[in-house]
Amino acid sequence: MENLLDGWGLTVVTFSPLVGVALMLLIPRYQEDWHKLVALVTSLWVALVAVLLLIEFDIGHTDRLQFAVDRVWIDVISSHYSMGIDGMSLPLILLTVLIVPLCIVYSWNHFPEPHNPKAFLILILILETGMVGTFAAQDLVLFFVFFEVVLLPMFFMIAVWGGPNRRYASLKFFLFTLFGSALMLVSFLALFFLTGAESFVLTDLADAVASHGVSRTAQLWIFGGMFLGFGIKVPMFPFHTWLPDAHTEAPTVGSVILAAVLLKLGTYGFIRIAIPILPEAAVEWAPWIGLLAVIGIIYGALGCLAQTDMKRLIAFSSVAHMGFVMLGIATLTDFGINAAVMGMVAHGLITGMLFFLAGSMKERYHTLEISSLGGLLVQAPRMGWIFGLCAMASLGLPGLAGFWGEFPAILSAYSPANGVPVETFRTFMVIAAVGTVLAAGYLLWLLQRAAFGTPPDEFANDPHITDTSREEWIAWAPMLVLIVAIGVYPNLVFRLSDGAVDASLHQCLKVEASELTAEQAKALGCADVYEISVTDEHGVDEHAAVGG
Amino acid sequence: MSVELLTLAFERPPIDWHAFAPEITLLCVGALVTLVDIVFLERARPYTAALAGLGVLATLIPILTLALDGADRTMFGGAYVVDDFALVTKAIFLLAGYVVILLSTNYVAEGDYWENEYYGLLLASLMGMVMMASSRDLISIFVALELLSIPAYLMVAWRKRDLRSNEAGLKYYLMGVFASAVMLYGMSLLFGVAGSTQLSHIADALVGAGPSVAVITMGIVFVVAGFAFKVSAAPFHTWAPDVYVGAPTPVTAFLAVASKAAGFVALLQLVYVGFYARPEVFEPLVWILAAVSMTVGNLIALRQTDLVRLMAYSGVAQTGFIIAPLAVAGHSGAIGDQALSAVVTYLAVYAAMNLGAFAVIITLARRSGSTEIGSFSGAFHYAPAMTVAMTIFFGSLAGIPPLGGWFAKFEVFRVLATAGEPWGYALAVIAAVNAVIALYYYAAVLLKMWAEDAPEGDHRPVPFTPSLTSALVICGGVTLLFGVVPQVVARFTDVSLLALGG
Repeated sequence: MENLLDGWGLTVVTFSPLVGVALMLLIPRYQEDWHKLVALVTSLWVALVAVLLLIEFDIGHTDRLQFAVDRVWIDVISSHYSMGIDGMSLPLILLTVLIVPLCIVYSWNHFPEPHNPKAFLILILILETGMVGTFAAQDLVLFFVFFEVVLLPMFFMIAVWGGPNRRYASLKFFLFTLFGSALMLVSFLALFFLTGAESFVLTDLADAVASHGVSRTAQLWIFGGMFLGFGIKVPMFPFHTWLPDAHTEAPTVGSVILAAVLLKLGTYGFIRIAIPILPEAAVEWAPWIGLLAVIGIIYGALGCLAQTDMKRLIAFSSVAHMGFVMLGIATLTDFGINAAVMGMVAHGLITGMLFFLAGSMKERYHTLEISSLGGLLVQAPRMGWIFGLCAMASLGLPGLAGFWGEFPAILSAYSPANGVPVETFRTFMVIAAVGTVLAAGYLLWLLQRAAFGTPPDEFANDPHITDTSREEWIAWAPMLVLIVAIGVYPNLVFRLSDGAVDASLHQCLKVEASELTAEQAKALGCADVYEISVTDEHGVDEHAAVGG
Repeated sequence: MSVELLTLAFERPPIDWHAFAPEITLLCVGALVTLVDIVFLERARPYTAALAGLGVLATLIPILTLALDGADRTMFGGAYVVDDFALVTKAIFLLAGYVVILLSTNYVAEGDYWENEYYGLLLASLMGMVMMASSRDLISIFVALELLSIPAYLMVAWRKRDLRSNEAGLKYYLMGVFASAVMLYGMSLLFGVAGSTQLSHIADALVGAGPSVAVITMGIVFVVAGFAFKVSAAPFHTWAPDVYVGAPTPVTAFLAVASKAAGFVALLQLVYVGFYARPEVFEPLVWILAAVSMTVGNLIALRQTDLVRLMAYSGVAQTGFIIAPLAVAGHSGAIGDQALSAVVTYLAVYAAMNLGAFAVIITLARRSGSTEIGSFSGAFHYAPAMTVAMTIFFGSLAGIPPLGGWFAKFEVFRVLATAGEPWGYALAVIAAVNAVIALYYYAAVLLKMWAEDAPEGDHRPVPFTPSLTSALVICGGVTLLFGVVPQVVARFTDVSLLALGG
């Protein structure tokens, strides 16, 4: 069993959904129950294998790639079928395999128009393959392929099952993401050829960059290409405009998957690929990433305050939350990136839940216009309380998962990594902290208007407004439990991610510049790379002045 | 007296019959198709297409034996060569030709067109392409080009009661002849410099020729421009949209894939065997053609309302992608090799995905009789399989993994990036931006098919025919296979022409 998992586990997790798809293609369209069953069983099977992987996972060595497979895939371009997971990818894979069956359960009896469960479920399963594959891929070409595999299914999910403005939203989503990934691909190729690496496997590339010394300018450009690719996916300000449209128009399940997993592909790309391979360029880019992150935090929050549609409001809150994640990443510290991983998981659970709730409310009220909602707590008290819990979690109430994503990210900006301008980041920290206040503002306001008060007349005696249904309970319970569990015991995630994050950071980023003597810095090979003015007692301050 | 002299003077060159076996087979099939019709008249009609198709497949057998044999064969003093490159491209032509025959089967029979002559001409044109793959001499290249073009002029005008088809035929003919004339002029200049029509001799002459740089440049530019017409590279693409729309759709597929591929094969031979010593001439030329083709093709495609016309402009843009690696081909021998296999890879993938897209268009247009994009809306509701197929082909044309097109595009980017020159990177960035523009119109069509309602709520199912279905299965299978296991295509397209310098 152990050996079987070791060699095949990741492959099974990644490609099992496609087996389900093949099976469903053979079943005629009107056999809807069979389609639901096959899809559910497939996704549960995937979740089961993923849990087995978790059980077998060596918690003591989260920094190591485990269950690794490495075969030559496309010989001519030195690309390998290289898969493996460490502590950074495992939480995200678990999140994915959890969300997918829940989405299938949730849609069990209410597929959005134009119905057609066969096609809808097939798309979800193809998405699952793409998402899991992206988190497991250890080869740039393979990563790119999986990264793109999620595009088409999500495009069609929005385009076919979406709201009234779906055509515009789906095309926008598609074009934005593809634009980023086209330039990202050029970056990947440039990286490969400039370093002369042996293959596209990540470790080979990192070694090659370290030993061949790609010129500084080239590194900056390459990082810029990756930044576009990943940043659009995150999405960072100013590339975020596709997100509110896509979320508003997407069917509920589409929004959930988009928020819970798809956005994480971007942030994951930063911490898995861009920063470990190009630490030098990351240091140069960090202030800019940090700046865009805090602009995103504030802009997203202000955007939320201006929204009249609940789903659009949640979408803008995603921009703000992903801003916190990116701020954590931009510090380039162990602490900040751990916060980012936590932020990804927490945002996935919480915002996923909020979109589920929005979908359920839309089904009952047939509108998400905040001004016409109200009194959810009166008419559907359980759902109202769940909504309250999720809103609290989202605004970062201690004791719930959201807090552990937001607070450490802000804290980490106090002392960013060596070489990153300190004062700039402390400013960012203050601005980000203001963002949390705004977050509390818009979420409480939303809660107050949608859930409190008495129901408006038009809904007061509407028999369609019922409390949480059985499918909803099944779909939501695991997420709610996890939101609380992670909130109470954040080590569930930190224990997995910490070792891996630490290992992925460059040695020089981790040292405090002021604590080093010139010899020590030289021994680490840091002096010229990160411009540590070690001889100067006020090295840090001086550097900050230069950088800021 | 004079007759005797001629007989004496003519010494039959040694002929390698094995090397000629594919051409001879194809010739026999063409003759057979014509004869069968003359002898059996109406009774043979239903079998003509099958006979032609089987003949094309039979032609693959000698290609297979030649490939297994593995030796490069040179004939007529180097004017006619059978090497890996020739065999691989011949196989691409023949398979594309077979799929075109599958596409034509119902179209030609139902349209009440001349069947037998149609297949005869198709086979003749295919013969020209197969010859083109082996031609390493200006004269044999020209003969092959005319042999593949002249039947195509006729086939374009095949719907003879339709004005647009007549217009298309005439336009294609005039443009084609004009391009030939330009090219012949260029060839005459090159002949003047080298004193020989053989490409390898021209190559030698180009290395040494100091004083006649202007003549060489003009010769190369004219020859390349002539073929730019054939492959519909901008700014020589203006014939394509009208001809594509006017021609019978299977013929359009044939022009868009096989005939275009033949133009590329000729270009590759000219560049690699003939002009390789003059990268300073052909590289900027190709760079401009590539950049302009991609951009112009894509931008105009954005505004199209007819799907076949859209395919014409998308074809112009794809031409830009296919030709792009040649813009850095002269950088070094290694990059030249990579560029060659990138182009051949693209041609193979392009043949599969483009023919597939045309197969879907032909199938769906059989129902509505129109190729307006609007008439394809809502196809997902009455023809889900066709819609999924179209998604595969258009997704592949847009270059989305894991569909075949991504690997072809990837190879192009790879070559452009490997050269490590600013111009190469610039073209790569232009290509990347264009890939996104192209996605817009491909996605817009898919969006209509998936997300809109059928016009007038018409949900009649699409009539399937065995030949169209098999064409779809072949193209779809190949497109997916090339995307998931690119090694398959990469192994065959890893060919070389440089070895034939002598």
